[in-house]
Amino acid sequence: MNEVGKSLPKIDGVGLAMGRPAFTDDLAPREALVVRALRSPHPFARLKSIDTAAAEAMPGVACVLTWKDVPRIAVTRAGQGHPEPSPRDRFILDEYVRHVGDEVAVVAADTAATAAAALDVLAVEYEVLDPVLDFEQADGHASVLHPEPEAHENFPIGFEPQRNIASAYEMHVGDVDKVVAESEVVVRRTYYTQAQQHVALEPMVCATWLDLHGRLNVVTSTQTPWHVRRIMARALDMPVSEIRVNKPRIGGGFGGKQMIHGELLCGLVTRRTGKAAKMVYSRREVFTATNTRHPMRMEITLAAHPDGRLRAIDMQALSDTGAYGEHALTVFMVAGAKTLPLYNKVEAVRFGGKTVYTNHAPGGAYRGYGAIQGNYALESALAELADELDLDPVELRRLNMIAEGETSPIFAIMGEGTEGVAQTIDSCKLPECIDRGMELIGWNDKFPRREAGPDRVRGVGMALAMQGSGIPAIDMAAATLKLNDFGSFNLLIGATDLGTGSDTILAQIAAEALGVATDIIKVYSSDTDRTPFDTGAYASSTTYVSGHAVRKAAEKMKAELIAEGAAMLGCDPQAAVFDGREVRGPGGAISLEDLSTRLLYSRNQKQLCTTGSHLCEKSPPPYMAAFAEVEVDLGTGKVDLIDYVAVVDCGQAINPNLARVQVEGGLVQGIGMALTEDVRYGKRGALLTRDMMTYKIPARQDVPRITVELVDSHEPSGPFGAKSVGEIGIDTPPAVIANAVFNATGVRVRDLPLTPEKVLMALRRTQES
Amino acid sequence: MKITFALNGRETTWEIEPVETLLEALRRHGLTGVKQGCDTASCGVCTVLLDGKPVPSCAVPAARVDGHAVLTVEGVPEKARAVGEALAAEGADQCGYCAPGLVMSLVAMEQEPGPPDEDKIASYLAGNLCRCSGYASQSRAIKKYLGGKP
Ligand code: FES
Ligand code: FES
Repeated sequence: MNEVGKSLPKIDGVGLAMGRPAFTDDLAPREALVVRALRSPHPFARLKSIDTAAAEAMPGVACVLTWKDVPRIAVTRAGQGHPEPSPRDRFILDEYVRHVGDEVAVVAADTAATAAAALDVLAVEYEVLDPVLDFEQADGHASVLHPEPEAHENFPIGFEPQRNIASAYEMHVGDVDKVVAESEVVVRRTYYTQAQQHVALEPMVCATWLDLHGRLNVVTSTQTPWHVRRIMARALDMPVSEIRVNKPRIGGGFGGKQMIHGELLCGLVTRRTGKAAKMVYSRREVFTATNTRHPMRMEITLAAHPDGRLRAIDMQALSDTGAYGEHALTVFMVAGAKTLPLYNKVEAVRFGGKTVYTNHAPGGAYRGYGAIQGNYALESALAELADELDLDPVELRRLNMIAEGETSPIFAIMGEGTEGVAQTIDSCKLPECIDRGMELIGWNDKFPRREAGPDRVRGVGMALAMQGSGIPAIDMAAATLKLNDFGSFNLLIGATDLGTGSDTILAQIAAEALGVATDIIKVYSSDTDRTPFDTGAYASSTTYVSGHAVRKAAEKMKAELIAEGAAMLGCDPQAAVFDGREVRGPGGAISLEDLSTRLLYSRNQKQLCTTGSHLCEKSPPPYMAAFAEVEVDLGTGKVDLIDYVAVVDCGQAINPNLARVQVEGGLVQGIGMALTEDVRYGKRGALLTRDMMTYKIPARQDVPRITVELVDSHEPSGPFGAKSVGEIGIDTPPAVIANAVFNATGVRVRDLPLTPEKVLMALRRTQES
Repeated sequence: MKITFALNGRETTWEIEPVETLLEALRRHGLTGVKQGCDTASCGVCTVLLDGKPVPSCAVPAARVDGHAVLTVEGVPEKARAVGEALAAEGADQCGYCAPGLVMSLVAMEQEPGPPDEDKIASYLAGNLCRCSGYASQSRAIKKYLGGKP
């Protein structure tokens, strides 16, 4: 291979470092009205009245909108495919506010100062309601978050709003209770995971305007341009065809920008006023009024033979979706679907539970998407089982893990919101990942613990992980390749580069399939008017699904080039080849430059333009073995991460540098979740972590030595052997670090994050007992 | 109110709002290299040099720069290109939102006499957060960038 497997520089990197206009706010019309929302100070309230007169009378205020001004159409802001597996439980603005930060009203003004002044004079009378603040009390709580008759599920997802249940799910294979009852070794544990915020450094931002045809143009920092278009059309009650959505460069997403944020309000303002509008979230709004990772309670039962062979796994979960049911069902299901198949040799497996509403900021998609919650619980429980059996935790994994050529019934049973798709695992290099990871961390010397000085002890921990590559039978992507004169190509793709480098790797795939150099492929992406469709950048889908679409378009282009070249050479296309520079036949050759230029200007003129489209048929999991060494201060409970090793099977890496950095970046976010990041609320439902001083993401100095290696692997169903790699990096740190802390100290904290207070409390408890 | 200051080496007079931050004023005048990230001087994406010292422009009132010198990434295109190329060579440029701020911190660091050691790099870059890269690739890139310079 020539272009695939090369660490080419990202095509947009230099321009971004130079600060060239590239992000939404850089491109928004200069004259755009400033849109600002008035946000609820209460976790749950009815809006008795809103007096807008004073605000409307202010010079410079273009409009003030309340729930009375918006179409009463229930939508979900989840940003998923159609019809969405999330309940439609939201309006552009509503008579009820359901979390601190929920939108009460919106103003649009000519300057930020005027907009702020107008917000100040809005007089709102609230009827304060009793909020649901504890997700374990939500089912059956006297307060019901979504009594409105318009709220509905698009298909059965277990939606029971009267009980504050957004979704419910159950599955089982075999008789778990019977196997557990018969088993000699049973471990039952309960784990809690917290809400985590994405904290993409670019906040949510969008701008809207009407073009000369009167169509609504939207430029927005989104992961899902097509879903934004479709959901805006529904919410604003206008045809999809009258909206164009374009995603320019975006400053990180991590799932947070799969959801719809300011687009509905901005679009509404532009429709009302006819003027351009823009909405830039403050960091405080990002924290209070966007989404978090769903907090979960996971109850795990493992049953095993005394030699460590697993017999049954039961995972029962309760998930908190906050005020709105965005991704309620699907994140929940992934907690099982992308963890349980790792241990496919069990006699019985069961997974189930529900997702409930509370008066917190809504849950949503976040890199890992349930898998990190499930991974923390399952991989912690396995370590606890290994300890009980006095087995090396690595051996316990080796004994039970999935292998190439095998399958799990879960693939067919559990999809995302619907049934899944059966698949056999054709690439799984977990044995190699484990061996190499053990070597890099020095497992055999360091397991389980070493003294590291007075009151300081070091321990190592490990975990395995899997993810997926797109959502099978649902995710679809398309790509168009257009030949230009003098021999360059435009690659038009719906795929949405969040900063991952997908524009670059998709150009590499096109170049590889065509046999040309990557730099003659000019990429334009993510524009609902000008590029073909793509479901969007989520579920680790881009390399695997969009990559195939690009490969197909490029293969068709190559065939057309050969056919046209052969025609110009007067030879049989069967006898001609294209080597990336020229089409050669038995009697001569024509360069790509000449061929393309003649095709547009002088001989048998025509545009060569090919489209490839790909439906994800299976979802081969990338795999990882991860190891860490921690040092715990027994006097303070502080956990210092010393070393983190991750060895990954993501198939053939299209661009090894970019694949590796995906993993490194994911690891650091996962480390944040394991140790410090925690969205916290006060007793009365106000958000305590509302800025980057109170919510700490890892800084440069917090990050340990990280070693990421990719093992040799080839996924037969992937484009040039690739699987996806965007999410798996985040999955392991909570379990690995918790396991390392246990090995170091003998205490087990089953509640994330592992703060010094929790570790110290646990240490004290064991000392006392 | 009016302010007059040296913006990227050029005398500039702007009409500004008294409540505006330097970040807001710069962006309003089309300097897109200065980003908004956190609003609380916590992330470093708005870093500019004020009289040669790195500052978070979100925490500086625009009025404060009257009579002073402000340098943004737009004023150091060659440096920005070189750092950008170094980042790209390591795959360390992910979304790129943090890159201009990082460039400005490096520019500030390089103005100090003496070769940069690990401590100096750490202290100059401590305030430049990145949510995408996990930092390791940035460190690799910065080492190469500093090592490769005359
Ligand atoms: S926006 Fe100024 S430091 Fe974050
Ligand atoms: S590359 Fe995205 S924040 Fe640094």
